[in-house]
Amino acid sequence: MLTLRAAEAVQGAFRLTADLTVEAGARVSVIGASGSGKSTLLNIVAGFLPVSSGTVEIDGQDVREVAPGDRPVSIVFQDSNLFPHLTVAQNVGLGIKPGLRLDAAETQAIEEALARVGLEGYGARKPAALSGGQQSRVALARVLLRRRPLLLLDEPFAALGPALRAEMLELVGEIADQQNLTVMMVTHEPTDARALTPLSIFVDEGVAQPPVATDQLLDNPPQALRDYLGS
Amino acid sequence: MAGRVQPISTYLGAAVAALLVLMTFGTLGAVAWRAEGLSGLRASDWLAVRFTVLQAVLSALISVALAVPVARALARRQFRWRGLLITLLGAPFILPVIVAVLGLLAVFGRNGLINVPLVWAGLEPISIFGLPGVLLAHVFFNLPLATRLILQGWLAIPGERFRLAASLGFTSRDVFWHLEWPLLRAIVPGAFMVIFLICTTSFAVALALGGGPKATTIELAIYQAFRFDFDLSKAALLAVIQFGLCAMAALLSFWIAVPAGQGAGLGRTVPRVGGSLMVDCVVLVIASLFLLLPLVMIVGKGIVTFGELPLSTYLAAWRSVWVAVISAGLTIALALPLAMAARNLVRRRWASKAVEGVGYLTIAASPLVIGTGLFILVYRWADPVALALPVLILVNAAMSLPFALRAIVPALAEVEADYGKLSDALGLTGWARMRVVVLPRLRRPIGFGAGLAAALSMGDLGVIALFSDPENQTLPLALYQLMNAYRLDEAFGAALLLLVLSLSLFWLFDRGGRADVDA
Repeated sequence: MLTLRAAEAVQGAFRLTADLTVEAGARVSVIGASGSGKSTLLNIVAGFLPVSSGTVEIDGQDVREVAPGDRPVSIVFQDSNLFPHLTVAQNVGLGIKPGLRLDAAETQAIEEALARVGLEGYGARKPAALSGGQQSRVALARVLLRRRPLLLLDEPFAALGPALRAEMLELVGEIADQQNLTVMMVTHEPTDARALTPLSIFVDEGVAQPPVATDQLLDNPPQALRDYLGS
Repeated sequence: MAGRVQPISTYLGAAVAALLVLMTFGTLGAVAWRAEGLSGLRASDWLAVRFTVLQAVLSALISVALAVPVARALARRQFRWRGLLITLLGAPFILPVIVAVLGLLAVFGRNGLINVPLVWAGLEPISIFGLPGVLLAHVFFNLPLATRLILQGWLAIPGERFRLAASLGFTSRDVFWHLEWPLLRAIVPGAFMVIFLICTTSFAVALALGGGPKATTIELAIYQAFRFDFDLSKAALLAVIQFGLCAMAALLSFWIAVPAGQGAGLGRTVPRVGGSLMVDCVVLVIASLFLLLPLVMIVGKGIVTFGELPLSTYLAAWRSVWVAVISAGLTIALALPLAMAARNLVRRRWASKAVEGVGYLTIAASPLVIGTGLFILVYRWADPVALALPVLILVNAAMSLPFALRAIVPALAEVEADYGKLSDALGLTGWARMRVVVLPRLRRPIGFGAGLAAALSMGDLGVIALFSDPENQTLPLALYQLMNAYRLDEAFGAALLLLVLSLSLFWLFDRGGRADVDA
């Protein structure tokens, strides 16, 4: 699914290297201390940061020269996933066509996606009229319509309380099942990793290690991770 | 890829930049080329250069010196009309120069408010023609600007520091040396340079209140070279000198870091420590009277003839309105591609700065030279009379561009910072990104920029003065001619009309940018 071969990216004085593979349909957390390079790894895959050497392949396709929007990838950020001046339906519609010139069938599809995430009839509202949890649901409705095989989550739902976050992760799991998505999630929360992703990538001092079983990693953490988790 | 350039808008922006370079330097070249041999400058021309520098230095000095007590009073006193007064300090920017001049004449002129009692008491009346008049008008326009800049600096001092000073038993002398002096040292030089730059290119004020060998600015000398001597070579030479002067001033002000002029956070006051309440009151009353009385005179005297002006004046007003609206649209049409290109090229820093910098070129350019140059370039192919208004529209748009850019460039950077990644991730590129994300998010600064451009164009008395045939008359020119003909009753009516139209245009555009915007 996703293969990084001796991939290396430089951001100012920081350097991240990754040599790993994520299988199709797998769910993987990316865990590590602040500044270890978790988000950098996600930025490489999403296409926001070019690699200076090595390769990035998704579904067997070399994506190094592919623009973020054209990669077989959906991404959900920590916040600011919605444009405040567009309606909920328009925000979701961006997942079908960025130009937003939508036909009747596509408008219908937006309604269905909203219904699927529990927001039936919310299409005409602006994001400001929604709660934080509802805004996250809109972002997931858009993921449904984008239909890209790899879903990236950058510390998702961090602004939500624990109960709401668990609920959203469950919804992510259902969507991933339904559309057979591969999931890669940057997270600070060991409980989130255990709940959603059987596998985890540990990032430490600029090196992203190949995925291992999440439970095994968290139960017997290496010293660096033990320091970070504080247990 | 990350930070991918968007070729179309970059090329469009480069084209706009090329157009602007052509408009400023190309027109200058055209004027020089038509000059057929250089006639050197005469002594009177050098007098104009000297006067320009002298009046600009004095205008800036007086404005800043008077602004310090006004800003201090505003910073430490809370009173009922404070918010209104601060808003009013922003108004002179969009006030037509010729309207302000008429208002100042009504207060300080021969039969004005001040002189009538003086004469009645048997004293010598004051005259505001020549240097005093030019200074008076420049201070009227720039005292508010200087006050806002300094007030902003004052309010940037954390309140804790004033409280600390109070608890340490500082006298007002100590407060000045430890808190206020460092602030003034940081802000005053920049404010001085900005005002110096503005006054260097002054035309309408010098036209109305100056003149003669002793009170002619470079820009006025350029006008006279065109209109009376048709001496193109002299006009071109003077334009080069003006450009050099402005470039020097601009470089100097970049070097001493001009404070940003955005009016954020002027709502609070600093905790008051000492200072005489009496002094502050007197300062504020005098400043308010100085700024308000001329406008009150315009309204009071103009309201009588407002509705019964000659038909030609109303026609001129209509012409000015549509010139202003088209010119405002053109300003935005130039500013957006320029800002986008500067943004796209952000990775090649010098290219980005160069593209943006070109947008500010017209601050130093002479609109008269641009206008005349455009005529020289195209008059073989078209009827000059028919060209007057299109040339006016283009020149006005170019002259307003720097102010529109000041509003749009930072806002665009903010949109990219907040929504750039999300837009990239969703494949929003090119025109779709413009339509779905950028334009809606930029509504406010675009509305504000267009409002400024419309008001500036509406009140502009510059290029049009060169081509004053009745067919192409604008309202400011009609007003100027009424004043020259001593038809003062009608002049006040026309001034009120111009004032109302300028402020309304600004308000409409600015309002349009604010309406129905979520978050």
